[in-house]
Amino acid sequence: MSPDTPDANSPSSAQPASAQSEPVLELRRVNTHYGAVHILKDVDLAIYSGELVCLLGGNASGKSTTLKTLLGMLKPTSGEVVLDGEVVNDQPTSYRVARGVTMVPENRRLFKRLTVRENLELGAFLRTDADGIAADMERVFELFPRVKERLNQKSGTLSGGEQQMVAIGRALMANPRVLLMDEPSMGLAPALVQQNFELIQQIHQAGLTVFMVEQNANMALSIADRGWVLQTGRVVLDDTAENLRTHPDLQASYLGTAEQH
Amino acid sequence: MTVTGDFPTTQGTSADAASRRRLLDQDWQKLVRAGGILALGQVFIALSGMPVNFDRRLLIDPILSLGYLSLIWLPLVVSYWVGREQVLEGMTAYARGGRDVLAGAIAGALGNAGLTLLVVGITHFDIRDPLVNWSPQLLAILHFEESVWLGAVIWPVIGAATGALGGGMHCASTRITRTAVIAGLTVFGAAVLESVITDLSQGFHIEAVSDWLYGPKRGLTYPAAIVVAVAAIAVMAGIWAYRDSAMRAGLVGSRQSPAAPGESDRSRTVWRRFISRRLLGYALVIAAVVVLPLFLGRLTNELLANVGLFILLALGLNIIVGLAGILDLGYVAFFAVGGYSVAVLTSPGSPRFSPEMPWFGALFIAMLLAGLVGLFIGAPVIRMRGDYLAVVTLGFGEIIRILLLSDWLSGTFNGAQGITNIPGVEVFGLATVRGFEPRSVLYLVLFFCAIAIYVSWRLENSRIGRAWMAVREDETVAEVMGVDTVSAKLMAFVTGAVLGSFSGAILSAKVGSVFPHSFAIIVSIVILVVVIFGGMGNIPGVIAGAVVLIGVLGGPNQPGLLQEFAEYKILIYGALLVWMMLQRSEGLIPSVRRAQELHIDEMNQDAWLRAQAEADDATGGGGGNSSVGEQP
Repeated sequence: MSPDTPDANSPSSAQPASAQSEPVLELRRVNTHYGAVHILKDVDLAIYSGELVCLLGGNASGKSTTLKTLLGMLKPTSGEVVLDGEVVNDQPTSYRVARGVTMVPENRRLFKRLTVRENLELGAFLRTDADGIAADMERVFELFPRVKERLNQKSGTLSGGEQQMVAIGRALMANPRVLLMDEPSMGLAPALVQQNFELIQQIHQAGLTVFMVEQNANMALSIADRGWVLQTGRVVLDDTAENLRTHPDLQASYLGTAEQH
Repeated sequence: MTVTGDFPTTQGTSADAASRRRLLDQDWQKLVRAGGILALGQVFIALSGMPVNFDRRLLIDPILSLGYLSLIWLPLVVSYWVGREQVLEGMTAYARGGRDVLAGAIAGALGNAGLTLLVVGITHFDIRDPLVNWSPQLLAILHFEESVWLGAVIWPVIGAATGALGGGMHCASTRITRTAVIAGLTVFGAAVLESVITDLSQGFHIEAVSDWLYGPKRGLTYPAAIVVAVAAIAVMAGIWAYRDSAMRAGLVGSRQSPAAPGESDRSRTVWRRFISRRLLGYALVIAAVVVLPLFLGRLTNELLANVGLFILLALGLNIIVGLAGILDLGYVAFFAVGGYSVAVLTSPGSPRFSPEMPWFGALFIAMLLAGLVGLFIGAPVIRMRGDYLAVVTLGFGEIIRILLLSDWLSGTFNGAQGITNIPGVEVFGLATVRGFEPRSVLYLVLFFCAIAIYVSWRLENSRIGRAWMAVREDETVAEVMGVDTVSAKLMAFVTGAVLGSFSGAILSAKVGSVFPHSFAIIVSIVILVVVIFGGMGNIPGVIAGAVVLIGVLGGPNQPGLLQEFAEYKILIYGALLVWMMLQRSEGLIPSVRRAQELHIDEMNQDAWLRAQAEADDATGGGGGNSSVGEQP
């Protein structure tokens, strides 16, 4: 963790993704098992700095496992997880968080019985730069003025939309470069889903690399640059968002798109 | 919270409405139910042996023994409860008037009919085989050594009388009721605490007081009981008078005023006053704790030393259970490691290995060993969660005891014979702490309690404290935040183990011997009960829990203030714990957080009410208490 303030990486990384540079986070032919069950099969994916990318897939396609493998909560049985060019297979989650990878968990998973402030502070658990933490807290308030109003309230008493803000705010408190989002639309009312994706775009425009895992393909592809489609643990499609949206196989390979506008 | 505190007007009107009901307009179903419960309770108390065992113990010299008291208190409580009335609008209010007296009397009579049945039953059947206390002695107490007829008739009469008294308490004003209850409890306390009060008066060289208070059979004398009651009433009257004057001066009443623009300022000054008062309180407590043992007698010092040992244990377990959220049912293992390490290292009677080290050196090694055992037990256990973890820790607690008892290790630990001849503690040539000088033990215990309190407090507010908090709330997310959950949990185990070993080490030196049976599973349970009863995750709560449970009732192998009840200790523990979980599940002195999480619905309601009040304020409405009270 560099003592840099968050502003340091925002202007530089606002440029569009460049496939020539080295990826920030990468899976190279990764296989992951849950006990004896083979979940991820030879998964290859590379996330470049400044990108907003999505991983699509139906239930039990291995999306969450991909996230857990990226973050080190599961260890791949073969293949490599690469962070900034370094193979981090054997490094614990805390190592990766300290180097700028953070996740917003599925269903937000706030520490419900703690206050909003405590949630945000725990987001910055690995940091020791008090000034930087205070600055990031301010940045979260700028992004979500509502969060500031609710600061001393138990996070479990917030509304769904507010909880989502706190969940993202908590992740931002780690001063990440790459934000992993597990099903950001899960369990939210349709209006809030829309709002949530706008938030994600906003964060992305502020300079963060975002990797989201989604079932809601239309929503995700409407804001993402690129995407992958995962089917029973295998990457079956890998293309730009534009192409994926119109891809004839998308519906066939992936069941989550009932309606298309 | 204060917003929803008092509804004097609402309560008043509903109580008036209830009093308009006629004398015989009773909720008969409820009365019969209360009578049945009371009957079961009375028969249970009678058959538990309390009346017989306590018959010789006089409370007020010629008239009342503890045995009879054990048969009288329950009708009072139940008949008071029967008079309770659930009124509309969700408020509980107490009906007032003859109706309550009658309801109480009926419930009391019905309940004590259980004792009548018992009298008749004991005369006609003999089932002493399963029920040890189904005995002629019990019968003698129940019929006052007169005829069976008298016994059969008098109990419902007594029940009706006590029941009328209990129900009648609703008729008097709250102040009178409270004063009466407190006076009664004071007399009871003064009578039951005879040995401690005698001990104290010897310590302060005012033996005359205890000589005058107590008769030859340990009970309060008649006049002494009256004087104690009058003194209690006078003190209560003084308190009420002070409150009234304070209320008139606007000190107490101010919190009921509606939220005004200047409110934040005022609350800040109130807060400041609270803080300084609290600091003053702490200073006084510390001074008292340091100075008081000099004046206390052997018995009281011994008692406080036992309380201190359990405060140490409870603080250690509090780190594991309260802070890190790991339910450890085998905490006694660390107590045992501390005790046995010191025993082996210091005692000349240790069989195989007897370096006869000084106590402080042995303590250091005991801490290291306890930390290692903490790691050793923690490592496999930590991968589990919830119930599984609790069961496995339970197993480890027993394994340690059985190892100490085993033939295999009897060469080192002497099996069931234990290790004896453990010397006292030499405090750097300044003093010696020995078991037969309870005051010295108490100071040693206090010293380690101070360390444990400081360590707990610092840890709670440290980085590892935050890691524990995160792990306790949601382990998976804690990991995502970068918390190393495995090492955080191991840290909790190791810290708790080291604190527990302090207590074991002191116990060895205090008692002079250790035996495997001193480290039975009941010790783990009692420590856990202390932590839960006092308030999980909260240092003052844990201390209060130890003082109340261990000080008053006694530990698993230690006597408490109420030595009379030693035999019924576990029964009372259980009853208290059940009551606590039903009525006040956050513990005696809860941590703010836990209180809120257990009452989260009320809290949400509060938040909602506050939002409503704010909305009212915004629209120029009244705001504050009145508007809240009118919410449908």
